[in-house]
Amino acid sequence: MKRIFLVAVLVAPSALADPTPQDVQKLMQRDFHARGQAGMDRVVQDGLQRLCTESRDNPPAGAAKAIEADQMKTIVLPEGSLMGDWKRGESIAQNGRGLQWTDKPGDAAGGSCYNCHQLSPQEASFGTLGPSLRQFGKLRGNGPEIQRYVYGKIYNAKAYNLCSQMPRLGLSGTLSAEQIKDLVALLLDADSPVNQ
Amino acid sequence: MKKVLGFCVVLGGAFCASLPAQDAKKEIQRYRQMVAEGSPAELFEVEGEALWKKPQGPNKVSLEKCDLGGGPGVLKGAYARLPRYFKDADRVMDLETRLLHCAVTLQGRRREEAAARVFGSADRPSEMESLSAYIAAQSRGMKMAPGLSHPKEKEAYAMGRALYFHRTGAWDFSCASCHGEEGKRIRMQDLPVLYKPEHARPVVSTWPAYRVSTSQFITLQWRMNNCYQQMRMPEPDFGSDTTVALILFLTATGKGEPYRGPGTKR
Repeated sequence: MKRIFLVAVLVAPSALADPTPQDVQKLMQRDFHARGQAGMDRVVQDGLQRLCTESRDNPPAGAAKAIEADQMKTIVLPEGSLMGDWKRGESIAQNGRGLQWTDKPGDAAGGSCYNCHQLSPQEASFGTLGPSLRQFGKLRGNGPEIQRYVYGKIYNAKAYNLCSQMPRLGLSGTLSAEQIKDLVALLLDADSPVNQ
Repeated sequence: MKKVLGFCVVLGGAFCASLPAQDAKKEIQRYRQMVAEGSPAELFEVEGEALWKKPQGPNKVSLEKCDLGGGPGVLKGAYARLPRYFKDADRVMDLETRLLHCAVTLQGRRREEAAARVFGSADRPSEMESLSAYIAAQSRGMKMAPGLSHPKEKEAYAMGRALYFHRTGAWDFSCASCHGEEGKRIRMQDLPVLYKPEHARPVVSTWPAYRVSTSQFITLQWRMNNCYQQMRMPEPDFGSDTTVALILFLTATGKGEPYRGPGTKR
């Protein structure tokens, strides 16, 4: 019995366990330092980040539904119309700055939209990590329901798809309500180049 | 007509707006090949050699006795076998971390002083950048073979892989958020899927590199730092276990590829 126990102890360490998200976070808390506006609080995972990391972005359906519902509660719709100015929306979509340690705190951030999405036909330099949004409003109309959806999706993409790679641009404090309304107009306004 | 075509080739297609995107891509590839034959990286290699041999620090000695893994002063093939475990430091180190270690232990420099300016500018490259160019160049033609047998190397590799898929920061990103799916790009920049060997091989065999768009020489420590900046994270410490683990994971994924750097990047 004693001998069997010894063998087990000798064999066990060779099977190296993969680090857990807790192990990774602990290492990051030791190895990173705050710089500019990028504080160490950003290294601490929330429940959503933890679940998406653990499941490699394929969370169990039940758990995903529950956290998605929590995320939905974070979305605060402004009073009145959600359609801002598509021209301002276009420049917010172009701007890839904000929240980096090199960005000046207090300067308005951009949405980095073109990094991942196709939008206006005039802009040929667009990324493909997200779906093309060409003619988004032309295909879906621009009534109150779709306005609320677009506003909510930009404010907190995770409320609709838990492990989406799209940042929670409103909840993270990247974009203001006014800026998100301008992006809603960029996607939905009939005059916006997106819908030409 | 022939002359016009030649002009297009020389300028890498930059002035040939009529070329369709596919052709332009091919032209850029050809331009890269041309530049690789007489790379600006050579200037950094020359500067790096002078720095390697220059007595510095309180001990007034050069780095020539620095052991990069093959024994004191052995440079041939050293870069291709990094990162690896070093017994004297009892940890895994990449090239830059090891150079910093040697600046402290051999030259007697304070760590803070030696690491005060690790990332340079177009006008003034850092010591680390020039030294990296000089040392990496001496592994040309050798297969990338980082250390993967020591328990601490295995541990670092596993940590690097976990870091690659770890979602965190103000924008919830992991490395795989951008480098996770084939055929994707940010703006016009293609994104390699770095946990796949066929994608990692051409990358790890050409870093460090001269970057044309900023006229800077860039290293893997810089690459990790700049990615975390864009991920809206705080800053990783230079030479930390986090950065070394990621560099080991990437290099191990691309292992076996003959080194052909220092390369040229967009």
